[in-house]
Amino acid sequence: MEDRILTLVTFFPLIGAVLLLFVPKERDDSVKSIALIIAFITFLFSLMMYSMFDPVANGMQFEVNIPWISTFGISYHLGIDGISLLLIMLTTILSVIIMISSWNSIKTGVKGYFISMLMLETGMLGVFVSLDLFLFYVFWEAMLIPMYFIIGVWGGPRKIYAAIKFVLFTMFGSLLMLVALLYLMFMYHSFAGEYSFSILDLYKMPIPLGAQTYIFLAFALTFAIKVPIWPFHTWLPDAHVEAPTAGSVILAGVLLKMGTYGFVRICLPMFPEATLQFVPLISILALIGIIYGALVAMVQRDIKSLVAYSSVSHLGFVMLGMMALNVQGLEGSVLQMINHGISTGALFLIVGMLYERRHTRMIADFGGLAKSMPVFSTFFMIASLSSIGLPLTNGFVGEFLILLGVYKANPVYAIIGATGVILAACYMLWMLQRVIFGKITKPENEKLKDLDLREKIILIPLVILIFWIGIYPKPFLERIEPAVKNIVSIVNSSRTASEAGMSKGYKCVGDRCDTHTFTTGGK
Amino acid sequence: MDIKSAAIFFDILYPEIFLLAVGMFILVVGNVFKNRTLLAYLSLAGLVGALVLTFQQWNAPQSGFYGMVQIDNFSIFFNVIFLSAGIIATLMARDYLRAHGIERFEFYPLILFATVGMMIMASSADLIVIFLGLEIMSIPLYVMAGFFRNDPNSNESSVKYFIMGAFATAFLLYGIALIYGAAGTTDLRRIMTDLGYLVSHSGLFLYSGALLVLIGFGFKVAAVPFHMWVPDVYQGAPTPVTAYFSVAPKAAGFAAILRIFIYGLGGLNELSVIFWILAILTMSVGNLMAIFQTNIKRMLAYSSIAHAGYIMVALSVGGDGAVSASAFYLLAYTFFNLGGFAIVTLINSRSGSTAAIDEMKGMSVRHPFLAALLALFMFALAGFPPTAGFFGKFYLFSEAVKAGYIWLTVIAVMNSFVSVYYYLRVVVVAYFGKADEEFAPVSFKPAIWLVLVITAAGTLILGLLPQFGLQLAQMCMFSFK
Repeated sequence: MEDRILTLVTFFPLIGAVLLLFVPKERDDSVKSIALIIAFITFLFSLMMYSMFDPVANGMQFEVNIPWISTFGISYHLGIDGISLLLIMLTTILSVIIMISSWNSIKTGVKGYFISMLMLETGMLGVFVSLDLFLFYVFWEAMLIPMYFIIGVWGGPRKIYAAIKFVLFTMFGSLLMLVALLYLMFMYHSFAGEYSFSILDLYKMPIPLGAQTYIFLAFALTFAIKVPIWPFHTWLPDAHVEAPTAGSVILAGVLLKMGTYGFVRICLPMFPEATLQFVPLISILALIGIIYGALVAMVQRDIKSLVAYSSVSHLGFVMLGMMALNVQGLEGSVLQMINHGISTGALFLIVGMLYERRHTRMIADFGGLAKSMPVFSTFFMIASLSSIGLPLTNGFVGEFLILLGVYKANPVYAIIGATGVILAACYMLWMLQRVIFGKITKPENEKLKDLDLREKIILIPLVILIFWIGIYPKPFLERIEPAVKNIVSIVNSSRTASEAGMSKGYKCVGDRCDTHTFTTGGK
Repeated sequence: MDIKSAAIFFDILYPEIFLLAVGMFILVVGNVFKNRTLLAYLSLAGLVGALVLTFQQWNAPQSGFYGMVQIDNFSIFFNVIFLSAGIIATLMARDYLRAHGIERFEFYPLILFATVGMMIMASSADLIVIFLGLEIMSIPLYVMAGFFRNDPNSNESSVKYFIMGAFATAFLLYGIALIYGAAGTTDLRRIMTDLGYLVSHSGLFLYSGALLVLIGFGFKVAAVPFHMWVPDVYQGAPTPVTAYFSVAPKAAGFAAILRIFIYGLGGLNELSVIFWILAILTMSVGNLMAIFQTNIKRMLAYSSIAHAGYIMVALSVGGDGAVSASAFYLLAYTFFNLGGFAIVTLINSRSGSTAAIDEMKGMSVRHPFLAALLALFMFALAGFPPTAGFFGKFYLFSEAVKAGYIWLTVIAVMNSFVSVYYYLRVVVVAYFGKADEEFAPVSFKPAIWLVLVITAAGTLILGLLPQFGLQLAQMCMFSFK
């Protein structure tokens, strides 16, 4: 079981998607139920994996390594550590929730929609479990296809523009990543005498700083577009606003985390010297993102684009914490990835519920909802406060750890970053005030139905998680810790090495180690 | 050199002879025999039989006709591509020709003869025999382009193809003459052995000859700036013929280029500059022009130009790796490009169709499965994993990176980025078009289903489990090096 569990979790949704192909398309209800059952069983498998996971063990667990394209040393190599474990759990939970949330909102092309969702789930899980860089790339790209359809077919009025923009932005980065990938492949060949795409093998390879900088830039650009780090964020508001609710939840909850995960899994440990070089640049971009995202969110009239811009701000925190390159910062960063998935996911779901009732998302169209929809307003309040980072909610733990770590690394960044928390309170509370408090100004808002059972079922697990992580984060943090310590120690050892004039074991004289030639060259 | 090459040895050309015989037979009985379907089956049987005969030659290099013909894994790999393309085109053609009322029996022998020409091109180790193969291939193709006898577009296509083709052939022949002048032989093996001597004694003739030969084949594989004929010819020709054009003659052209420029003239490293200039021009012009097309056949014409450019990226590197990578890519491209064309053929079989991209509107509602396949082929053309299009590009570009052409690879991937836009536009129309627009149903015939299944399977298998294809491609080498 140990060696099959990852394959099972990753590909079970895909099997479900294939199964759905054979369900007649008129039978919407069966399609929905099967998709939900598949997502739920996947979640159960992931729970099983969670219980089997050894929290104190160092290194990768449940590793599978089967040769796939042996000519190039490409293998089907899976394995997880604490970081990927939590992201997988987040993905499987959110997948169940979005299946329920799409129950009534998707009316056309039901079958195609649920097939796309299940394929998307496999794609996302695949990114988190891959330990082979080629496999990682395949999942990374393949995942674009279902997401493209989800935005493009079931999206809002400007869906085509948003879908194409989403794909083109992501493709631009990942094609450069492909070139870097090929370069790494031959570099590893001349280092070890054989081909390997194993991320763990590539960690061990010393890369001269000059080449490392370029490869780092190619990978970092790809991930930065996905995160998105300012100024590469322009696709995000479009994609969020046009995507259907479930698409936004997945986009914010999981897809963006693929970018930050890429940084943690690949950029930091594989190119530590280059990372150290770029810490100031990325930190400053993250700070700009925090402030810019918050300020732009403040002036949004549409609740959904407010939440979308708040994501830019929150992901800025994640990047800032990561760039502290110490245990607290990185731990906070990873925890905040999960937190953002939960609270922003909940916010998008809530906005979707509102939209289903009123067919508008304009802040000005609402007011006084607390009177007509008390339960809804309570959930909205909790999700917003967790997004702000109020103590006792998950957001607080994550942001606190991030700011702590950043303060240790560079107090100025921490002080500037902390203003982002204040700004978050401004835009969130101001929005809440206009939407759920005050007098009911519009007659349409008087008789809105409060949440029904299905909607409560969707939100309750997220609220539980919000408080669980907020009050007792230990089980989560203790699983992240070994992995985080591992990455921090790789970066730190290269920091001390580069201070001593060594580059990950290579002695560099001037620029000499930067000119790299392959021993496998062709003609 | 083995003893066999000192004599004729007809047996090494069994597949070609068999095809030729079947073609002749159909030509003879076609006049008497009115059952066209049976003739189509006969021609299919011929192609499949030749395929089986070809497989039997695998891994047993032979040479005959005094060394002019060389059967090695290289030629066999390409012959399989030509035969597969021929089979798929024949399957696509029957229903299409019938739907348009031009089901004339000559069509099938023409495909067979053209295939024979290509097979000879890939199997020859002598410039004159390559030229002979090229002519055997080209003349049936000119006729096939004009198969709509009463349609001015088709006539234009045919005449344009013929004139441009003849023009290119003249260049080629002149180039061969110059090389002969320099080397005193047209035998590629002898040219290869004496290359160092030849360069120092008659370098000017050799280089100008090589350039002229390259121009000649540049026309055939549609490399920019020799691509002007492509869009009009592709648009005017019957769609299954276009499909065939976009794959088979291109692969044949590349087979000849590989044989001449990597084997015979492989020592002329300076030519690499010409190749990468051609590669950049071909990719960029093909992709940029494809963006503006509203007709899907024209779009695929420019896209096929762009794909030739990707292959030339590997060619500018040279070496064995380039041969394997190009061969693998051409095999993969055969599947996904013909798959795309099969769907265009279906759309184009409806009356009044001009193959505008907009005709795909509403396809996902009426024929969800067909739309899904269309998406698969478009994503493969754009190079998305896990399709063959991705792995093919991975392999091609890896050769360039290996030799240090990183900047060229960056240009290539940026081109592939541009291509995503126009391939996705087709998917956009098929999926995101307004639901109220009616998509006139297409009539499915078993043959087209077979084509779709073969091409989709090829696209997925070469993408997901490329190891076997990869090994074959790596065995795809010239004998006698």
